[in-house]
Amino acid sequence: MDLIVRTLAWLTDPIHWAGPNGIPARMLEHVGLSAVSLLLAIAIALPIGLYIGHSRRFIWLAVNSATLWRALPSLALIAIVLPITAAIDPQAGFKVYPTVVAMVVLAVPPILVNAQAGVTGVERDMVEAGRGQGMSEWQILQRIELPLAVPVIVAGIRSAAIQIVATATLGAILGFGGLGRYLVEGFATFSLGGDAEVVAGALLVAALVVVVEAAFAAAQYLLTPRGLRRQRSETTVAA
Amino acid sequence: MLDFQWMADHLDDLAVRTLQHIELAAIAVAIGLLISFALAVLAVRRRATYGPILAATDILYTIPSLALFVVFITITGISLLTVEIPLVLYTLVIFVRNIAAGFDSIPREVLEAANGLGYTARQRLWRVEVPLAVPLILAGVRLATVSTIALVTVTSVLGDSFGGLGYFILEGYRRSFPTELYFGAVPSVVLALLADFALAQVQRRLTPWQQTEQRAVPPPFVKSDGWI
Repeated sequence: MDLIVRTLAWLTDPIHWAGPNGIPARMLEHVGLSAVSLLLAIAIALPIGLYIGHSRRFIWLAVNSATLWRALPSLALIAIVLPITAAIDPQAGFKVYPTVVAMVVLAVPPILVNAQAGVTGVERDMVEAGRGQGMSEWQILQRIELPLAVPVIVAGIRSAAIQIVATATLGAILGFGGLGRYLVEGFATFSLGGDAEVVAGALLVAALVVVVEAAFAAAQYLLTPRGLRRQRSETTVAA
Repeated sequence: MLDFQWMADHLDDLAVRTLQHIELAAIAVAIGLLISFALAVLAVRRRATYGPILAATDILYTIPSLALFVVFITITGISLLTVEIPLVLYTLVIFVRNIAAGFDSIPREVLEAANGLGYTARQRLWRVEVPLAVPLILAGVRLATVSTIALVTVTSVLGDSFGGLGYFILEGYRRSFPTELYFGAVPSVVLALLADFALAQVQRRLTPWQQTEQRAVPPPFVKSDGWI
């Protein structure tokens, strides 16, 4: 009970809403890094996924390397990148780039696998119909496969976004700011009342995850062609 | 840039930390598998619980690992429990989903044939359902093991007695000593990849009837399944 009261006190204390370590600033850092990482991951993974899905070449290779990528521990990746980028750029290289690199690595597999699976999953009859009408391969991808694959593609991006937002907290262990800062700081002063800061930090991240989830659910709905909206997207397993 | 002499001097530490890493991960995966099995059987037998069980494990997954570890200190102090409870919780979402899907993938006729042969519910579970769910259970074990190995590095924030290879990462960072940073980071990546490879071989041995490609292709990520 006491912890709940102290957490609420921490969250409502005006001191924690101002300055470079205030909630708005940390939230902005966190969202900014997440957004940049997600955009970079999309820029890398989406074209590759669409190409593989459309051409049906290298599917085996892509899917296997994606599973391999998923095995990479984020904290270790941040640690591996850190000395390299710190040598190149002592300022941001120490704080920002390692986390961005690790987050991009984290986000590429779900986006790539889903883009490929979404396009490959489009019924062959539709693609053949397009081809029969004289559409070019590019037109087939753009006008048939892409719209039909949107629900699956957005689901992949959504999954990547959630993972980034939750995992970017790890960056705080190795120098990055963001909301993970409160977890690390609170832990350092744990017995002196820092536990309230930890719980507050966890709540802030959870709140951000919920907002991101809701935003993507809306995007998924809006981007899905009207004819497909009725069908419920299947939930699948991780294998 | 890297101090190879230091590395050579600390190889025994590396062995100790690697074993600790494997141990912490193995405990979590084993307990997680047992709990998930019970939950999955419950979810499949009592359909009404299916949605809530899956939703609960999904929510767990969106909690950042760092937060969960640190928050558990308020409950269980700095102890092995604080390390293992979050690790186990994170395996649940992978296992429950996969085991339940494994049971669901069994055709109705097969289950009815077992009933027709007079199998009791328990016999049917162990002799028909579990063997047929093995491919998806194994896929779950592989994924859960790899993700747990990644998570163990994070437990280093709980102090020197935990963390496995993550200990070197944190120490190396604190001392601004890249050699030690790499001494932890590179082996933990290697360990994760080795585990993935080894479990892929187990999958191949135990489910030889599955085509390699079929087995390798993970279904699209429809729900969030980030694990850190």
